[in-house]
Amino acid sequence: MARVGAAGGAGVRVLRWFLLPLVLIGVWWAASAGGTNFYLPTPGAVLRAVGPTWTPATLRADVLPSVARLLAGFTVAGLVGVAAGVAIGLSPALRAYTEPVLEFLRAIPPPVLVPVVMLFAGIDNTMKVTVIVFGCVWPVLLNTIEGVRAVDPVLGEVCRAYRISGWTRLRTLVLRGASPQIMTGLRQALAIAIILMVISEMFAASSGLGFTIVQFQRGYAIPEMWTGIVLLGLLGVALAGLFGLGERVVLRWYFGLRRSGRGAP
Amino acid sequence: MSLLEISGLRKSYGPVEAIRDVSVSLRDGELVCLVGPSGCGKTTLLKCAAGLLAPSGGSVTLGGEPVTAPPPNLAVVFQEYGRSLFPWLTVRRNVELPLREKKVARAERDRLVSEALSAVGLADRGDAYPWELSGGMQQRVAIARAVAYQPSVLLMDEPFAAVDAQTRAELEDLIRSIWRTFGVTILFVTHDIDEAVYLGERVVVLSGSPTVVQETLTVDLPAERDQLTTRSDPRFTELRTHVYAEIQSAKKPTPAP
Repeated sequence: MARVGAAGGAGVRVLRWFLLPLVLIGVWWAASAGGTNFYLPTPGAVLRAVGPTWTPATLRADVLPSVARLLAGFTVAGLVGVAAGVAIGLSPALRAYTEPVLEFLRAIPPPVLVPVVMLFAGIDNTMKVTVIVFGCVWPVLLNTIEGVRAVDPVLGEVCRAYRISGWTRLRTLVLRGASPQIMTGLRQALAIAIILMVISEMFAASSGLGFTIVQFQRGYAIPEMWTGIVLLGLLGVALAGLFGLGERVVLRWYFGLRRSGRGAP
Repeated sequence: MSLLEISGLRKSYGPVEAIRDVSVSLRDGELVCLVGPSGCGKTTLLKCAAGLLAPSGGSVTLGGEPVTAPPPNLAVVFQEYGRSLFPWLTVRRNVELPLREKKVARAERDRLVSEALSAVGLADRGDAYPWELSGGMQQRVAIARAVAYQPSVLLMDEPFAAVDAQTRAELEDLIRSIWRTFGVTILFVTHDIDEAVYLGERVVVLSGSPTVVQETLTVDLPAERDQLTTRSDPRFTELRTHVYAEIQSAKKPTPAP
């Protein structure tokens, strides 16, 4: 009985997952079928374009560089954001000095920097990675600052009483204590990184997903253009999924603590 | 020769005088309870004794050395058991962490951690996370951490204030047994008069804030204590009634002449 119930549960879950996508594709179909709109091909036409458009060679030439830039930018932003966030979070003096500047820098929409960074860094990978870093360092930085400030003062006293200091304190108390907020910041940063990857490639590039989509659009290869957009969406879902897996490992204690309903956070 | 010596301790927060003049002296191997009305600065006093808080005046010495920062041979069990353990570390790692930082060799560390966890009855829960345990068990872990640290003095700040009565009785007996097994000197802060009399060899009664020592009395109950027989002992009742009266008078403002 329980087995049947579980299988039914899984079936329902799969249905819930796929119901809305299927409905949306249906709506797309209804809107495009028999239509004369050149810019809105049917899902079938887009699907037929996938094979010829995305061969292993084009995936290697266009998707791989995009993903590499994205991960490079995201990693640098993560490291810089966490390091600076810990320093600022631990020091009230540093916070007082940096807060107004951070608020200003964060308020600048990162895409506007693409032309500026192009002037300094040219149109190669450095420019794109720089733009990604500049855009997604803020959520990591600000969330880390908040996370470090919110570390339980009781645990801070435990560290002092048991003479736990320096690197151990930083690793065991500060970083682990702030890790839920750091992960929130990284999750936001990942979404921003994808957007900036595409935008920077649309401005100036000779490869990459953003570049390819613009090329297709300029060449009126409309179904091919749509395949690129769908691929971008799938890439976003895959990255978010991978991130979620990592988060479940890093924050296992946090989810357990919340489920147990004990303790402060 | 006293091991922990608190003499003429004062603590003010700006214009607010929390502790006026407290002197308490613990001999090596003693178990002393500090009891006082709520809000009398018990936690402040304990933090000063632990070197976590700088007093405004007076001094604290441990084994003759002045305490200005937490000394290596002193351990603290905090009141907030739910918050004083690292939720991202297992029970075993929580107990082990101060020993790692103390650079205790691996084999010795394992032995100390196992011994401490056995002493608090959690030998088989080393791989659990604190939040998987009940409140009483979490406080047992905190006690194990303190014991494994091998302190000469153990300071306890109302450690059982937030657990239910039955768990509390069990934990009180655990403290007595740990005190006797490990020969550690314990300063136990509580607001519970029965607990103070049941646990202590001596009870120091504090006044309301600004705090002074109201009275120090020796608990002349047998060393072997038991929740049933000790608590029904007429001498126990006498002592607790006496302490209760002291605390009631301590709460009243100083009478006008």
